[in-house]
Amino acid sequence: MATETHGAEEGGLVFHPMDQFIVKPFLGEGSDVAWYTVTNATVWMFLAVIATFLLLVLGSSKRSVIPSRMQSVAELAYGFVYKMVEDICGKEGVKYFPYIMTLFMFIVCSNFLGLLPTSFTPTSHFAVTVVLAFAVFITVTVLGFVKNGAAFLGLFWVSSAPLALRPVLAIIELISYFVRPVSHSIRLAGNVMAGHAVIKVFAGFAALTLVSPVAILGITAMYGLEVLVSFIQAYVFTILTCVYLKDALHPSH
Amino acid sequence: MATETHSAEVASAPGMPQLDFSTWGNQIFWLVLALIAIYLILSRVALPRIGAVLAERSGTITNDLAAAEDLKAKAVEAEAAYEKALVDARAEASNIVESAKAEIKADLDVAIAKADAEIAAKAAESEKAISEIRASALENVKVVAKDTAKEIVAALGGKADAKTITAAVTARMKG
Repeated sequence: MATETHGAEEGGLVFHPMDQFIVKPFLGEGSDVAWYTVTNATVWMFLAVIATFLLLVLGSSKRSVIPSRMQSVAELAYGFVYKMVEDICGKEGVKYFPYIMTLFMFIVCSNFLGLLPTSFTPTSHFAVTVVLAFAVFITVTVLGFVKNGAAFLGLFWVSSAPLALRPVLAIIELISYFVRPVSHSIRLAGNVMAGHAVIKVFAGFAALTLVSPVAILGITAMYGLEVLVSFIQAYVFTILTCVYLKDALHPSH
Repeated sequence: MATETHSAEVASAPGMPQLDFSTWGNQIFWLVLALIAIYLILSRVALPRIGAVLAERSGTITNDLAAAEDLKAKAVEAEAAYEKALVDARAEASNIVESAKAEIKADLDVAIAKADAEIAAKAAESEKAISEIRASALENVKVVAKDTAKEIVAALGGKADAKTITAAVTARMKG
């Protein structure tokens, strides 16, 4: 009550574009979130799991040679990621395909489910994307040293450059290597969060009768853009994962 | 009421709920669970199944293509056989025509020869008949001439013996 009056006093517009990202307990009062609490984030993460299950498991349950629509989509997703892994990482990369497919399916399902009105998007949270990015970073680093030993350090030693430049390049390569998880995670969360926040801002403007047609048009346009972004960001995250994995498998430039 | 509003405002006050680190543990915990769940679903069920379906399909397509190739080869073979049969049949037909022609010609030749022989026989017979008729006619003429001569001689008052008249008539008729 008080907030509403307060907002009205400020000129009739109520902007809370970031409130949609608040993590709060699902079903239940209070805002205390312990590590085990089932929150809205939890619910939407598991809806992504269920969506993955429905698409890939139920969709392919008939195992028909001539696929149904659902099975076509499942095969398309499989082929899309499989081809990406194979093209970038080569034949040795294929055994990491299930891990990469897991990342891709989780991100793409979370992103698309997050486009539903009143939903929550787990991938808009740095907590989620940082874990994903660091999982990739640590895996790639450990795998690089296990597979290649000290030769993995050759990744930073650009042997095709003039000798004098190599130490400088090594420092740059080292920095870029450690920036990877940061850019990897912020890119995904930032894109998703920004789109959702902009839609919310347009929605705030829609309360004003005068500009509401423009605002609704804006929401529609942004929504279309967000559909693209949802897929493209999942794709970008996956393809970068493949590129990093390739570095671990073949560290030479 | 006022305090509730106040606390809600405080909750949204820092700006970005993403940077509210008190919820990170919770999110990370559930995220890890969700990822493990997806990984198990994918690696145990979904990916092997879809991979098998795709492999089966490409196998089926390869088999079908091979079968089509086979059938095509068979069709070509069948066409060659057909062409060969056609050529054979033509050759045989012309053979039959040739032999029939030769047979007919032989038959015809035999028949012609037979007819010629018959005609020749008939002609000889006719000639013979004609010469007989001619001979008999001469004989008759001789008899008539003798008789006539005898009568004429008798009418003229002579009496001629048959021998003389016959000789005279024969001489005349020769001459």
